[in-house]
Amino acid sequence: MQLGIAAFMLRKLLRLALLLIAVAIFSFVLISLSPIDPIDAYVGADMLQISPEQRDIIAQRWGLDQPMMTRFILWLRQLASGNLGTSIIFNQPVSTVIGSRFQTSLQMLAIAWLLSGALGLAMGVVAGARAGSWLDRAIRFYAYTLAASPTFWVALLLLLVFSVSLKITPICCATPPGVLTKDVTVWQRLHHLILPAATLSLIGVANIALHTRQKLIEVLNSDYVLFARAQGESLVGIIRHHGLRNIILPALTLQFASLSELFGGSVLAEQVFSYPGLGKATVEAALRSDVPLLVGIVFFSALFVYTGNLIADLTYQIVDPRIRIGKSS
Amino acid sequence: MATSFLPRRPAIRFNRRQITLLSIALCTLFLVAIVFSNRFMGDAGLDPALTQRNQPPSLTHLFGTDWLGRDMLTRSLHGMSLSVRVGLLAASFSAIIGTGLGLMAGTLGGKVDAVITWIIDVFFSLPHLVLLIMISFAIGGGTKGVIIAVALTHWTSLARIIRAETLQVNSSDYVQLSYKLGRSPFWIARHHMLPHMIPQLLVGLILLFPHAILHEAALSFIGIGLSPHTPAIGIILAESMRNLSTGYWWVGVLPGLLLLLAVQAFDTLGENVRALIDPKTSQG
Repeated sequence: MQLGIAAFMLRKLLRLALLLIAVAIFSFVLISLSPIDPIDAYVGADMLQISPEQRDIIAQRWGLDQPMMTRFILWLRQLASGNLGTSIIFNQPVSTVIGSRFQTSLQMLAIAWLLSGALGLAMGVVAGARAGSWLDRAIRFYAYTLAASPTFWVALLLLLVFSVSLKITPICCATPPGVLTKDVTVWQRLHHLILPAATLSLIGVANIALHTRQKLIEVLNSDYVLFARAQGESLVGIIRHHGLRNIILPALTLQFASLSELFGGSVLAEQVFSYPGLGKATVEAALRSDVPLLVGIVFFSALFVYTGNLIADLTYQIVDPRIRIGKSS
Repeated sequence: MATSFLPRRPAIRFNRRQITLLSIALCTLFLVAIVFSNRFMGDAGLDPALTQRNQPPSLTHLFGTDWLGRDMLTRSLHGMSLSVRVGLLAASFSAIIGTGLGLMAGTLGGKVDAVITWIIDVFFSLPHLVLLIMISFAIGGGTKGVIIAVALTHWTSLARIIRAETLQVNSSDYVQLSYKLGRSPFWIARHHMLPHMIPQLLVGLILLFPHAILHEAALSFIGIGLSPHTPAIGIILAESMRNLSTGYWWVGVLPGLLLLLAVQAFDTLGENVRALIDPKTSQG
């Protein structure tokens, strides 16, 4: 058993290394082929005040006069030692920027993730248990509509209703304006992340609810449920003893796999609410040509999604009795 | 017929096939109307009319007017038309890539298959939007950036479907027999594979459109997509952000609703076409 998990982890780590190398090659090729001149992007508005000699000095300092292969190897060596470079717009190491921005996003992502998982599962169970009823129709209609809605538009609607009309939530940012970071209370933080988190959960619910509903209907149509019913088991009992066990594992995998969608959604939600998290940093990096930060975020997001899938695989190994027994025997 | 004994039968009653055909026709009509709306709407509503600024929705301006007095319905339809056309173009490129790679992986097998499957896995391990932003940024943004970014990122799921289908057909008896009879792989691909692929491809392509349109709108919304001077739907929604706090809700809500309807029309169209041509459901 112990050996099994160790081998499993080793295999997963190898795959991760391979993935990161692929992402490195991909980003390097993409950025090298790009028509954006790195010196122009760096100099920005001061372009006219820079002489060709000064440009050459910058190019030399950055190693832009080297051939592509040498540049790639040099960059890879830096990456391997953990140096992601310096962000141009924040003037800080990329890892520091990503770290602090992700911390701001993390609470919002976590709340959205937990809420959409729990709500989606509950809605799916209700819809599946009462398949064909008006409640089922309403839940399905909701899920299909939300799955087709643009994230930023849902965010915009929430902002309009709760911040502009009802004035019960703040209109932007992660903290109230004019308050020092250390003076911000937990309540104020929560108050500011309610809307972005709600946006992401409202949309995240759709997929898992539809999936759970489908799965529960399959279970309820099975022979063992027919037998349980013949023995006089109630619907609630059937769902508790037969339904949930079969539903929860695929739902967990789905929910961990949705981390990729969640990350993408956070980019849009943070943009609407001006929430200074990692998603907003992604947009800023792209709009203001901050290549080191953008590449850093691409790496980080790959790592984030990979970790999510890895946790899903691990829970399968630990939770599912069939896989567990199959391994030890 | 048991149904003829039922009391008070409704005057018009459609069977499932008719309902499917009807939904296909309605969705197609709606989408075609959107694409060509800019032709028959004209540009009249796009001119600023400062006397009619910020008017709420009314019978003359169904979607209201914006801060320059432009008719929001005309602007939204122009924007939707542009976004749908960009989405169609990008999704079609994507479908070509997906089909090509899927067929290659399925028929050539071995190392080619392993490499293509791995590339698909790599694409799936990055958040879609981050990938889109990265590619669009590297190409330099603009319409070209959006089309290439969407085309390069949406082929993966279609390639997976095509690959699985190819593998299945490839291992069937009649294809094996065909090989034994000395047919070339190309001949087999054309005569045995393609007829199976075309329904899958058609449905896959239609279901790609909504994703492509949503992602195009998202990229334009955050400012990396189409230029701010084009009336794309993402641009209109981004502009509406500035007017939200002043209470002009219609400039953001109604164009977004149009986008939602268009996306749902594509989804419904895809599902109904699938129901019609998939042998598993077409007889039901």
